[in-house]
Amino acid sequence: MKHISRRSVLTLMGASAASMAVATPVFAADKVRIALVVKALGIGFFDACRDGGMEAAKELGNIDLIYTGPTKTTAEEQIAVIDSLIAQKVDAIAISANDQDALVPVCKKAMERGIKVISFDSGVGKDGRIMHLNPSNNALIGSKCVQMMAKTLKNEGEVAILSATAQATNQNIWIEEMKKEWAKPEYAKMKLVSTVYGDDQADKSYRETQGLLKANPNLKGIIAPTSVGIVAAAKAVVDAGLVGKVFVSGLGLPSEMKGAVLAGATDTFAIWNPIDLGYSAVMIAAMIQSGKATGAPGTSVMAGRMGEIKIGDDGQAAMADPFTFDKSNIEQFAKIF
Amino acid sequence: MSDTQRYHVLDRAPFNLASYLLRWESILVMLLVAVIIINTAISPYFLDIYNLSDATFNFSEKAIIALAMALLIITREIDLSVAANIAVCSLVMGLLSQMGYGTPILVMAGLAVGATAGAANGALVTKFRLPSIVVTIGTMSLFRGIAQVVLGDQALTKYPSALTSFGQGYIWPGVPIPNSFALFLILACMFGFVLHRTVIGRQIFAIGHNPTAARFSGIKVEKTRFWLFVLTGLMAGLAAVLLTGRIGSTRPNIALGWELEIVTMVILGGISIAGGTGTILGLVLSVFILGLTIFGLSLVNIPGIEIAILIGLLLIISIAIPIMTAKWRGRT
Repeated sequence: MKHISRRSVLTLMGASAASMAVATPVFAADKVRIALVVKALGIGFFDACRDGGMEAAKELGNIDLIYTGPTKTTAEEQIAVIDSLIAQKVDAIAISANDQDALVPVCKKAMERGIKVISFDSGVGKDGRIMHLNPSNNALIGSKCVQMMAKTLKNEGEVAILSATAQATNQNIWIEEMKKEWAKPEYAKMKLVSTVYGDDQADKSYRETQGLLKANPNLKGIIAPTSVGIVAAAKAVVDAGLVGKVFVSGLGLPSEMKGAVLAGATDTFAIWNPIDLGYSAVMIAAMIQSGKATGAPGTSVMAGRMGEIKIGDDGQAAMADPFTFDKSNIEQFAKIF
Repeated sequence: MSDTQRYHVLDRAPFNLASYLLRWESILVMLLVAVIIINTAISPYFLDIYNLSDATFNFSEKAIIALAMALLIITREIDLSVAANIAVCSLVMGLLSQMGYGTPILVMAGLAVGATAGAANGALVTKFRLPSIVVTIGTMSLFRGIAQVVLGDQALTKYPSALTSFGQGYIWPGVPIPNSFALFLILACMFGFVLHRTVIGRQIFAIGHNPTAARFSGIKVEKTRFWLFVLTGLMAGLAAVLLTGRIGSTRPNIALGWELEIVTMVILGGISIAGGTGTILGLVLSVFILGLTIFGLSLVNIPGIEIAILIGLLLIISIAIPIMTAKWRGRT
């Protein structure tokens, strides 16, 4: 009886709704459901994280991975996503947060209802999660960005930074670390002239780069510590005919940066492996959920093939060092992520 | 027929079952029932009073603004700056909070800034006779810009606990009705009463139907519109108070894109974008349809982008259906 009424209702409501209802698997109660929540869907970096998360889920066997996130990188939308996960009574959540503070109340609510919450990539305030997995060490990322640019420019010339949003937790930390590295004497002739924000939107990042190129005719380099911004910046440099005069570096995805590297707009750029990051986040969430690890400061957790990851003060942990890409290895990695 | 018969104007249309069932609100009720049935069928977590109450957090603030926006759209105006207005209200609240002011001052400041921004829109539209869509697209950039310039790369996160617990709280411990949702329901009753049961409401409809005729019947058209802009700004201020309290953080991109979601609520609610028609009941139904559709689909983890496509289709279909049926009925 129930089935008949359901089917007739669906028929009435048209094919689109019906196909969605059918396509949705009903989760088996004995499987552990882990949600991987990202800043926004449709970003290549996070899609690679999802692939890593799937790998971890497959390796562990009894995991249902829910890959989800908002359409805009705002805190409000991400809160709504967490609310729906709480309602579904998932077992664990690994989140890359759009706002360190705004996500705390809803993540706290999730933990009060028995859901294990960890953050990865971009952290949630420490009251809102058990631990935070940094993709790398912030200091290493910051200094790496400056070192790569210095190597390309031979320590000389005007450089600008194109960041994500002005409130992006991780970008702001990396820029701080860049400035620390920049203070070293060998970079005396390499000057930071401006920092602009492209909000992790391709069109805005492109416009901001055009503005930089116009406002700073002597600009030699742009550091974009964001996978959206670096692609847009490289495109703006190519479109302005400034290849060879202005170099774009920073953090990007090999698949998206292949064109820029081959065109010559980018000499080198770096990234940790997002597949590894998604893999580790899901692994750690599963370990904490099953009680094999606590995630408490001072302890450590076994993250499968990534090995043992130590958890430091405030529950902060670092996964691995960033990896440099250039003409020699870009094509090989562009096929992977 | 004698030529002495008086010309009759009925106080209201005579009762007619067919037209009653074909009313927009009746269609919305059926749509709402369908949404509830489908969501219940696809997720075992949908019909849970606590889950539903949590879901209301995510649309109540928008819905409060939609109430005032509905009146504005009925008088043939629109305010696209409401979301940016929230950012400015939240910004002022955040700055005052950093200076150590308490919750009552913050709430009053949020409401005052919202109303002032609304008055600025209203003055530009009514005194300078500028089209509201142009004015409010301008003030949208202006307000958002102010928040971006002042905040730069900072987020204001120091708020008194009274404010945050109000924004995140429920009307009574253990009663699963959030404050923001309760406020929306109370305001909806007030707006419904004013629009459908008072002279002011009739005047708002008269302005929307025919502003010139309204003027010649002694209605102060521009003055009414001005105050509706102030009211919309005030509701944006109230939404800012609730949202700031709820997330406890002010960033320049707070409430980004809400203006279109609010206009969607109003249009789906059967309030004609050309002005003159619509009911608060329709708006309330539309708020529930949209809110529950989004919540239900996110319960089965359908990506937000696909939900947006579905909402777009829903909007187009629901606008097209009455126009199509009117055409078919006119043909026969």
